[in-house]
Amino acid sequence: MSVMTLVQAINNALDIKLADDRNVVVYGEDVGFEGGVFRVTEGLQQKYGENRVFDSPLAEAAIAGTAVGMAIAGLRPIIEMQFDGFSYPALNQIISHAARIHNRTRGRYKTPIVIRIPYGGGINALEHHSESPEAIYGHIPGLKVVIPSTPHDAKGLLIASIESDDTVIFMEPKRIYRAIKQEVSDEKFSIPIGKAKVISEGTDVTVVAFGAMIRECQKALVMAKEAGISAELIDLRTIYPIDRETIAKSIQKTGRIVIVSEAPSSFGVGAELMAIANEEAFLHLEAPPKRVSGFDTIVPLPKGEHFYLQTPEKIFYEIERTVKF
Amino acid sequence: MIFDEYKPLENKLFRIIDNDGKVINPSYYPNISDDTLLKAYKSLLFARTADTMAVSFQRQGRMYTYPPNYGQEAISVAAGLLMRSDDWLVPAFREMAAWLAKGATLKEMFMYFMGYEEGNVFRNANHMLPISVPIASQLLHAVGIGYEINYNKKDEVVFAFVGDGGTSTGDFNEALNFAAVWKTPVIFIVQNNQYAISVPFKKQSAAMNIAVKSVAFGMPGVKVDGNDFFAMYAALKEAHEYAKSGKGPVLIEALTYRMGAHTTSDDPLKYRTKEEEEVWAKTDPKKRLKQYLIDHNLWKEDEDQLVLQYKKEIERQFEEAENYKPYELDDVFKFMYTDMPDDLKRQKVEYENFLAWKEARK
Repeated sequence: MSVMTLVQAINNALDIKLADDRNVVVYGEDVGFEGGVFRVTEGLQQKYGENRVFDSPLAEAAIAGTAVGMAIAGLRPIIEMQFDGFSYPALNQIISHAARIHNRTRGRYKTPIVIRIPYGGGINALEHHSESPEAIYGHIPGLKVVIPSTPHDAKGLLIASIESDDTVIFMEPKRIYRAIKQEVSDEKFSIPIGKAKVISEGTDVTVVAFGAMIRECQKALVMAKEAGISAELIDLRTIYPIDRETIAKSIQKTGRIVIVSEAPSSFGVGAELMAIANEEAFLHLEAPPKRVSGFDTIVPLPKGEHFYLQTPEKIFYEIERTVKF
Repeated sequence: MIFDEYKPLENKLFRIIDNDGKVINPSYYPNISDDTLLKAYKSLLFARTADTMAVSFQRQGRMYTYPPNYGQEAISVAAGLLMRSDDWLVPAFREMAAWLAKGATLKEMFMYFMGYEEGNVFRNANHMLPISVPIASQLLHAVGIGYEINYNKKDEVVFAFVGDGGTSTGDFNEALNFAAVWKTPVIFIVQNNQYAISVPFKKQSAAMNIAVKSVAFGMPGVKVDGNDFFAMYAALKEAHEYAKSGKGPVLIEALTYRMGAHTTSDDPLKYRTKEEEEVWAKTDPKKRLKQYLIDHNLWKEDEDQLVLQYKKEIERQFEEAENYKPYELDDVFKFMYTDMPDDLKRQKVEYENFLAWKEARK
């Protein structure tokens, strides 16, 4: 066991898979020599050489498109989109090819690609650096979308993502890259994609979140407990395939659901979870499902970002309203 | 060396035979056997026959939209002769003779245009990718494959096709850049057939030619008469040697003319004239290669008889495609992921329940 931050846990997972499988290559903008703008890939080029961990020219579509070709030819590329808001030029390659080659070729070619995207707000950054596009990727048939919330989960989920034969969008909550330290096993282990985790059990309301919002929810749950509310917290861990069963079971027990995310509210992951609540627990519902999420606006620049971000207080406010409905 | 002498910046066009099949550039005449020449012509004739029949099958309502190759076949024929089994073919969608040379079958091609994904797999064509519909996006896959070739120190080469319209895309420019920086063994073949559907090349680019784009990316490039089989063969051979030897990518602009429509849904006379078509008809690659063979006393077969024989074979493969097994519900779902998510399983079951209900109502 070692104490690791999220950054260190991801680096450790990459290190393990690079050592484990010669077909794994890691690349993107500044990923090689410098180790990435967040230093997630630090030291890996020095350890594994320039043909396995490298800087690519600056073009997200080409980074994704060449990964599709490498995967077809038998490599397992792990690519980095430097920031959430920079991943959009790559969408054509991701949507039209990475997600579809296996279907288009009836299984002849696979695309075992991991697309790492540091995402989310709260870091006082320029425009395009604070976005949460998980629903965009979650909506694309053929993709898996994974979001860890702790160093332990980041390592286990990333190893599972690298070992997946399908393309995985691996979104890293950059706001908590270094905020959480945790004992993580030095051994290789994986956490299954598609399984949510019940972080704490409760009986009055189900709170579902993922990524950096888990920590905010945990703080909100302390406030809820003080107010006499027993809330169950679920970390989604995987956006797609979504763990319908775990969510349904919890709502059937509590009768209420509050969904917390950083993304714009409409057509988001929250909407999907509300659909699950209706489809799987309609007769158990004691209150309307509630989304606690960003506005349908652009993430404001730092001076206005506090209006947009979800705080423990705001989450608690909505938990209490839902329970008192 | 062709690439040294025919500099794109000087807007030179590389040709070996003229429009009447006469050798006008003997110093570059490729080392090519009589048998290979006959093979080339037969491959062109077969492709053209299949192409013409495909259009008429579509007209009969037996197949959906089809993009004809008519007039551009020499490019694919030359590539088809040079590709080795382990070389990769990354198609766009208008290079049928190259697909067939790689081991694809007409049955599969017909199946694809009838609406079966299975027809786009080309299982027996080693190292061939499926037809790519989003223009130029496939070129980046070619570069990624090229990276793997270098990574594993293989001597394979990637033949990647695109059209003139594709050269305006970001993917084309990014692919050339990445390929040059990474020195990947990719031959980019631009079939400049003068039109991107209805848009003529002069509205596509202000560059003097397409080959010149190679200069800025730091790779060799050449503009070739794509309707001259000998020139295409010689240029591709030199490109193949270059790429194989680890020097990196090459750009070939193959100047040609789409003598047919963009697809069976298109009417070219809406945007170009009969006169223009007649001028280009003089450059027809089939006519030129045939004339060469006749002049050199190489053609001894009855072409009508041969075409009849081809037609029978094409008809047979078309009928096999028509009799392919019905599309099943499972075919929609089973290849979306390597392990099917529960949501897909549930959606499939829901649809099966609907089908059972529908059946019970009868």
